[in-house]
Amino acid sequence: MIAYIMCFILFLVGLYGVITRRNLIKIAVSMSIMEISTFLFFALIGYIDGGVAPIVDPADPVKVYVDPLPQALVLTAIVIGLATTAMMMAIIIRLYRKYGTFDIREIKNLRG
Amino acid sequence: MNPLIPFFVVIPLAGAFLIMITGRFLKEFDKYLTSLILLFLAIISFYSLFTTGENLSVYKVGGWEPINNVPIGIYMVMDGFNTIVVCIINSIGFLSALYSISYIKRYTAGNYFYALFCLLIGGMNGVVLSGDLFNIFVFLEISVISSYALVAFGVEKSELEASFKYQVLGGLASFLILFGIGFIYWKTKTLNIADIKEAFSNGYDKKYYLFVQILILSGFGLKAAIIPFHAWLPDAHSSAPSSISAMLSGVFIKAVGIYVIIRLFFNMFVVSEGMAILITTLGTLSMVIGVFLAIGQWDIKRLLAYHSISQMGYVVLSVGIGMILISRGLNSEVAALAIAGGIFHLINHAAFKGLLFLNAGAIEYTIGTRNLKEMGGLARSMPVTSATSFIASMSISGVPPFNGFFSKLIIIIAAIMAKFYLLAALAVIVSIITLASFLKFQRYAFYDKSIAGNNQQIKEVPFPMAFSMIVLSIICVLLSLLVIPGVRDVILTPAVNILTDQLRYTTIIIGQ
Repeated sequence: MIAYIMCFILFLVGLYGVITRRNLIKIAVSMSIMEISTFLFFALIGYIDGGVAPIVDPADPVKVYVDPLPQALVLTAIVIGLATTAMMMAIIIRLYRKYGTFDIREIKNLRG
Repeated sequence: MNPLIPFFVVIPLAGAFLIMITGRFLKEFDKYLTSLILLFLAIISFYSLFTTGENLSVYKVGGWEPINNVPIGIYMVMDGFNTIVVCIINSIGFLSALYSISYIKRYTAGNYFYALFCLLIGGMNGVVLSGDLFNIFVFLEISVISSYALVAFGVEKSELEASFKYQVLGGLASFLILFGIGFIYWKTKTLNIADIKEAFSNGYDKKYYLFVQILILSGFGLKAAIIPFHAWLPDAHSSAPSSISAMLSGVFIKAVGIYVIIRLFFNMFVVSEGMAILITTLGTLSMVIGVFLAIGQWDIKRLLAYHSISQMGYVVLSVGIGMILISRGLNSEVAALAIAGGIFHLINHAAFKGLLFLNAGAIEYTIGTRNLKEMGGLARSMPVTSATSFIASMSISGVPPFNGFFSKLIIIIAAIMAKFYLLAALAVIVSIITLASFLKFQRYAFYDKSIAGNNQQIKEVPFPMAFSMIVLSIICVLLSLLVIPGVRDVILTPAVNILTDQLRYTTIIIGQ
């Protein structure tokens, strides 16, 4: 149970960063922290106490295996997360070239 | 059994990669290829619409058959409801791609634009056709990442800022959705929507269930820009190139937002009264607040973007009324009417909001501004744009005999029959305010005399743009035929049946 609570706290840390930070790069880092907490959660729900890696061994049929599906999901989600992070960094670099700053308070063309 | 299901995803994805590879060597190839791909997809989607009917066809990716009636592969499902959405995606997509042939000359790197456009279409088709929860997430991310890039396509200050805001909120939505999927998988040990429904109907923990529903609703609500989650929409939709605004506003928020909410809350979760009331409240809030935010806008595309929020409110509201009636177990005919009204309005909104954004793009293309105060007297110099935008404005405001009138009428009648008199009154009032707002748009852009009216330089837009606008305006008029019982039975009734009949979706998919 403690692992799930830590995972939730990690999510909140990321959320706090996104809300309070003023620097674009720090917002992107906070987004990554939130993302990682989600991946961690997926890895946790597949875990079974005392389970081994899910490689079926016909000689030993009573072995307990951990659930392999969440691991596959996490791998997919990590790849997607890489794409979103790269996209966000590309936009941040472009923003820096246009505005000459990473400060979000000075980037406010759009209003209303 | 429909053999065409995988083509909706494979063809646009293959097209995107082909454009990236060949676009450097073959000039002019990419734009025609995109239009051809989308024309083909539009044709096969209409073919599927007329052949599917009440049937439900399943395609198992990789050919993994179920073991002991437990589905293990990824399922792609085609039924009466999602063929309609697929038709919307591909036909509006085709017209936008055609419109882009002339419009996109203002930007550089046309082949990247078309590659991203194909990815957007492929992702949306995947979300809509998927019968597997995690697969929905994967395709959602494909389409969302390409929409981030397309919003920022102009790489000017406001485009980049809009894209950044959109990415932060879109990323947050993705994490909420992913958490929701994790929680569902934790309890049910399956990701197939039909199988989850079966697992949930065998009994569940009420609080846990509510928590999952809230996570899923807020995640997809952020994608659909229902009112407390709407902050990114006006910026993103007004900054994108106009053909992309038409796609995002006309199709994207429906395919990845409203469609998934309706699908999951009817066919995956057991319909509960509390959740139904929450969804109806959110819909009413979007409908009312969206229109009040829209009325003060002077930037055409921002005005249209706020109206998207308001019109999506109508869809969510009427589907919510249907959910309330189903959860109380009474008046299933009125519930079916309310849901039919919602789906009908969803189809209509794709046509007229797509058209309005294409009109806004045509105005911007010709006179180079989006500010209503700097326009005027365009009716004489741009007759096609003027006439088509008049049709679209009247459709969105619900003036007979255009399509918006009939769908709003069905929604209001359903609300009155369900004894939600306040909601019916609000729907009428919002419709009147919408009319006022679009009369303002018409007057300032096309009829009021101003400096722009005396300028002889202003010409009508090139043929591909004009053609797309004319076709969409014809569609706007023709869609009112859906209200005739014979046509409605073919198109709307199967979609309503798959949603209202709580067990049919599950039993057919698990039984196969």
